[in-house]
Amino acid sequence: MSETLLSRASGARPAVIEIPAAASCLAIDDLSLRYAGQSALEGLSLRIPRHAVTAFIGPSGCGKSTLLRALNRLHDLNDEVTQSGRVLLEGEDIHGPGVAVAQLRRRVGMVFQTPNPFPMSIYENVAFGLRLQAPLKKRRRDEIIEWALVSAALWDEVKDRLHDSAWTLSGGQQQRLVIARTLAVQPEVLLLDEPASALDPISSLKIEELIRNLKSRLSVILVTHNMQQAARVSDYTAFLEGGELVEYAATDDLFTNPRLARTEDYITGRMS
Amino acid sequence: MRRWRVASRAGLPRGEGPWPWLAAGSLALSLLMLAALLLLLAGRGLGHFWPAPVELVTLDDGRQLAGQRVREERRQTLQGSPLRERLYRTGNRDLEGDAWRWVPVASIATHEHPADWAVIERQRWGELIVRPLALEENGRRLTEAPLWESFTARLARVQALRVERDALRRQVIAPLARHLAAGHEDAEAQARLAEARARVGELQAAMARDALVVESAAGERLSVPLEEMVAAWRPNAMSPLQKLAAWGANLWHFLSEGPRAANTAGGVWPAIFGTVLMVLLMSVLVTPFGVLAAVYLHEVAPQGRLTGWVRIAVRNLAGVPSIVYGVFGLGVFVYGIGGRLDEWFFADSLPSPTFGTGGLLWASLTLALLTLPVVIVATEEGLARIPAQQREAALALGATRAEMLRRVVLPMALPAMLTGVILAIARAAGEVAPLMLVGVAKLAPQVPLDGDFPYLHLERKFMHLGYHVFDVGFHSGDVEAALPLVYATALLLVGVILVLNLTAILLRHHLRMRHARLRSR
Ligand SMILES: Nc1ncnc2c1ncn2[C@@H]1O[C@H](COP(=O)(O)OP(=O)(O)O)[C@@H](O)[C@H]1O
Ligand SMILES: [Mg+2]
Repeated sequence: MSETLLSRASGARPAVIEIPAAASCLAIDDLSLRYAGQSALEGLSLRIPRHAVTAFIGPSGCGKSTLLRALNRLHDLNDEVTQSGRVLLEGEDIHGPGVAVAQLRRRVGMVFQTPNPFPMSIYENVAFGLRLQAPLKKRRRDEIIEWALVSAALWDEVKDRLHDSAWTLSGGQQQRLVIARTLAVQPEVLLLDEPASALDPISSLKIEELIRNLKSRLSVILVTHNMQQAARVSDYTAFLEGGELVEYAATDDLFTNPRLARTEDYITGRMS
Repeated sequence: MRRWRVASRAGLPRGEGPWPWLAAGSLALSLLMLAALLLLLAGRGLGHFWPAPVELVTLDDGRQLAGQRVREERRQTLQGSPLRERLYRTGNRDLEGDAWRWVPVASIATHEHPADWAVIERQRWGELIVRPLALEENGRRLTEAPLWESFTARLARVQALRVERDALRRQVIAPLARHLAAGHEDAEAQARLAEARARVGELQAAMARDALVVESAAGERLSVPLEEMVAAWRPNAMSPLQKLAAWGANLWHFLSEGPRAANTAGGVWPAIFGTVLMVLLMSVLVTPFGVLAAVYLHEVAPQGRLTGWVRIAVRNLAGVPSIVYGVFGLGVFVYGIGGRLDEWFFADSLPSPTFGTGGLLWASLTLALLTLPVVIVATEEGLARIPAQQREAALALGATRAEMLRRVVLPMALPAMLTGVILAIARAAGEVAPLMLVGVAKLAPQVPLDGDFPYLHLERKFMHLGYHVFDVGFHSGDVEAALPLVYATALLLVGVILVLNLTAILLRHHLRMRHARLRSR
């Protein structure tokens, strides 16, 4: 990315679709973030709609992962990160004094790029989040685990081997297991950071179908650098570049009729 | 990369100069040295238990001696002429004053291997090498034939009686005596005690019934009560299979019995037990401390210059000579803590110390301290190897830092912790120097674990194989008798360490298998 493009872009105002506060689960308000003084996000403001799939796209290094991790406070672990602005979950500031961070992360679940099941059985992986909470009757726990695995479209493949090591699954199955594990704690928002980029095309399509089915139950934020994927699964798309929000619109509008030249440049492949 | 692989499969890579050969050579040399060491220990140590033949030697001047060949040495006479001398183990210490005889080879006229000569091991005075002549019962000469068969049958009877007597003493008399000594007025117990003592008297009388009349090579005769014998065999009359069986039995006695004759005979069981118990106790003490310290250092403490310094200090602690830890243990554990404990809890037995002297607990603690750095370093390395993804996955599911540690990080670091314990065992099991200051004993036939409350006697002194080697080798009056035991005990020490390490390694392997069946996806 050349200097001139960047400076020209920085001056322009972003084109952002206005989601009504009542229809949104998350509101990001003037969020900026620095890693040891190095700016990674600059003054982002947008609302995420409830029960929809919102995609974040943009060139690699533009801050997509950084933004996702700001939404469930994973940056808390990193002393080098300084942050300003607010993130509101259902109207409540996630950095507010009364917020327990573990509780917040249960409400805002996250799935990472590389599948990362724990070195335990398939069953125990899905039960992990449940066991952190008040103890459940085994019957009830089994029900939730089955439900989560069904929701992640994995049940039929693993129902006879629930007590095998999770590391015996294929990469695509592992990623769906990780999604099931997150679903089991019943989050309101699901953050997916390039969930299919480490997978083969067929596994990738399975995950996409799964994402489409999930939005009836929760709100999904999907980070991807694959524009076809964003176009196939998301309802809204935000385009980020250099730590800034460039354009945020309904997916169909953004891909067929981008309002800004920068967006158009990127999606027509001139910059990617 | 590929080329290298092909080359290594075909043998040593060509065209890379002398380095591969040098490296392979040093590896071969180390392996060779290890093999030589083990072979030496095994040959000298295990050979000792083989029933060697008895030679009846007639010297030029007509004198005779009977004994087992040990070795030959070349010497010089005072005039400077060369002289070859042969060492015989002749036994009969009480008859001849010494159990060993150097004989100039040139002065041996004939030697033979008569089948009827026997080696008799006794409770005291060591072995007899003699010719059995007749049996006596209550001092009356018997004419039973064949002599040897009837003798071994009677010896077996005496040994059965001894087993019964010892069991009675241990299981009936000792508990009753303790019961009464504790101040209980119990007429029934008194009666049972008197009855048991009477029975022991009867058994002892029965054991004293028989004796064997024997003759030494010097022509001296004596009557040896069967009661005093431990074992008897006729090496020249034994088939190789019988010798093998005897070898196995001797080895078993060595492993399972306590020492006799100032550690120059008998077995090393208390030392094996002491070594293993001390190492296990050390592992139990060092593991939680080491793991907690490593977890604090790696997971909890803010990573700054101070933690860096602490880390360097811990690593350097591993290089402090072990005797320094012994001095520390003596000053802090034995005199400091032990002395204080005695003042508070065992004041009635002062001035004789209970915990204020070396003992199992202090020795284990000292070695735990010695091996602490090893466990800390290994655990920390294990913690550092756990991928950040696994930690974030746990946090993202709503785990607190403590829950993440307990449920994900620590289980995954378990093999690394076991590696630490394995290294700790390897270091601790062979340490002798610090133990001499904090609790090892030359002779402690009572092992620190028994049926008496509180079962594990942490204040007791204990025996240790490493110290036993040192003691038998350097502090025993009979060097020739001690030498094979030194080799055998050293071999045993190596074996015990190997077994302890293997156990830990198998445990780690088992854990790894359970967790990481598919790490290389
Ligand atoms: N832990 C970190 N420490 C310092 N800089 C980071 C860290 N993580 C990401 N960055 C930087 O922040 C910018 C955004 O990174 P990231 O959010 O991972 O981008 P994306 O996910 O869009 O590829 C990059 O320039 C990256 O180098
Ligand atoms: Mg990323």
